[in-house]
Amino acid sequence: MRIKPRIVDVFVRISLNLQAFFTVGILAVIVAIIFIKGSPYINLEFIISSPQDMGRHGGIFSTIVGTILLVLLSIFLATPLGVGTAIFLTEYTKESVFTKVIRFGVESLAGIPSILFGLFGFIFFVTKLKMGWSLLAGVLTTTIMILPTIIRTSEEAIKAVPRSLRIVSYSLSATKWETVKKVVLPSAAPGILTGVMLSVGRAVGETAAIIFTMGSSLRMPLSLMDSGRTMAVHFYILAREGISMENAYATALILVLSILSINILAYYIMNRVISKFS
Amino acid sequence: MKAKITVKDLEVFFDKNQVLRGINLSINKNMITGIMGPAGSGKSTFISILNKMLEFEDNVTIKGNVYIDGVDIINSDVDQVELRRKVGTVFAVPIPLPRSVFENIAYGPRLKGIKDRDELFTIVKESLEKAFLWDEMKDRLNTSALKLSGGQQQRLCLARTLALKPEIILLDEPCSGLDPISTAKIEDALSDLKKEYTIILVSNNTKQIARITDYSAFFYMGNLIEYGPTEKVFTYPANKKTEDYISGKFG
Ligand SMILES: Nc1ncnc2c1ncn2[C@@H]1O[C@H](COP(=O)(O)OP(=O)(O)O)[C@@H](O)[C@H]1O
Ligand SMILES: [Mg+2]
Repeated sequence: MRIKPRIVDVFVRISLNLQAFFTVGILAVIVAIIFIKGSPYINLEFIISSPQDMGRHGGIFSTIVGTILLVLLSIFLATPLGVGTAIFLTEYTKESVFTKVIRFGVESLAGIPSILFGLFGFIFFVTKLKMGWSLLAGVLTTTIMILPTIIRTSEEAIKAVPRSLRIVSYSLSATKWETVKKVVLPSAAPGILTGVMLSVGRAVGETAAIIFTMGSSLRMPLSLMDSGRTMAVHFYILAREGISMENAYATALILVLSILSINILAYYIMNRVISKFS
Repeated sequence: MKAKITVKDLEVFFDKNQVLRGINLSINKNMITGIMGPAGSGKSTFISILNKMLEFEDNVTIKGNVYIDGVDIINSDVDQVELRRKVGTVFAVPIPLPRSVFENIAYGPRLKGIKDRDELFTIVKESLEKAFLWDEMKDRLNTSALKLSGGQQQRLCLARTLALKPEIILLDEPCSGLDPISTAKIEDALSDLKKEYTIILVSNNTKQIARITDYSAFFYMGNLIEYGPTEKVFTYPANKKTEDYISGKFG
């Protein structure tokens, strides 16, 4: 017996709706739990004062600073490097064994679990280069960790820019670099930004690799050579060692809220960029 | 009459496939030279030699000489940036850059290093006037070029090319996607422009070639079959093939 196409259609639509609902539902439940458990302990004091007694009391200010420093510095390092590599691979090289090897390397790096980056960072930066547990070692490790994502998304975004735009730019007397700068990168910007945002998310949420390289000092990181703690690490340690579930949830809530607001901000910037160029 | 472009024994191969088979012709200053011929006869290949855009294709071999103002652009080391300022192009499909009308036209001048807003404005205005588009655009300079109609976009592309202050303008079937009114506007603009520029117009619309060109060439399978004053080509074609093509027997 043949099922009528219309019935199939209705069935597919319902099931897709359910799937979407399920995905959003899970997110909503997680956020709700964190919100219910964390919100009673959040106040201005919690945000602007530093932890005391291993985080049992006091706030989380130093971990907020640690997170911002780690993420910003890593992004500032990885974005130009990653976008540069992507430009090199797409615009300045012909497909060859050399580019295939680079691409293979990038793909492989993207799939490696972050703990291995942590281990590498510990052996190489912390020990071999004698950086110790430090913001610097954490930043360098995080940079290497997020670089493949940025390279891959940037490459896809750059490849999606129509060839005809490049041809027009050349015909208007632009050089290759001028074309990349004025036509290719602006058109690829939304895609590149998506990759950067994914990387921010990954850096903000990372724990294992950070503990190995940046350490977990609760003191305020004042220089690149200081150890420090991110919110994600703080949450992990508070919960894992049973120090304070209240503060763990409160930290998690602030973490979730900041990720949400970063994404909303990025979405807003992206729309501005898109509407400016189209 | 002064020749702006002289082409000698020009041959082009894509891999082993020969698409231009020994072209010889001279193109005059301040005229519209038309190039017609069926699809695949090598018209686009021919004009993309003149501003070295062909070199973006892989596996191209070019033989022969192409002199522009006496300089052989094939065999001597010409600066591509300079050449493309001198030889502007308008493509078949209008391809606006994803930016405003103003910034599309200012693209070339900005690359020359012109930053002054008034100077840029003057160039944009002049270019739009020459492309018969100023009246429609004067209040829309900051709208995105992607929002214009097809006919407006094509005239924008013409204006953008004019802003380079070229000496030669190449147009590769610029009206192929346009309605008759937009086509007429482009034709009017071109007829006006030939006073100042050397214009080469590729078109497989023979009526258009007859209407607005001074000289015309007929390409067929990589050969230049016929070349001369348009009136003569259309009234007493020397070659039977030309006659058949013009009278619409094939194409
Ligand atoms: N990039 C290319 N690679 C290989 N063959 C090409 C390429 N461009 C054009 N050709 C071939 O060259 C011939 C002439 O093409 P073209 O100059 O575009 O003709 P026209 O503009 O008169 O239609 C055609 O047979 C076409 O298939
Ligand atoms: Mg063509």
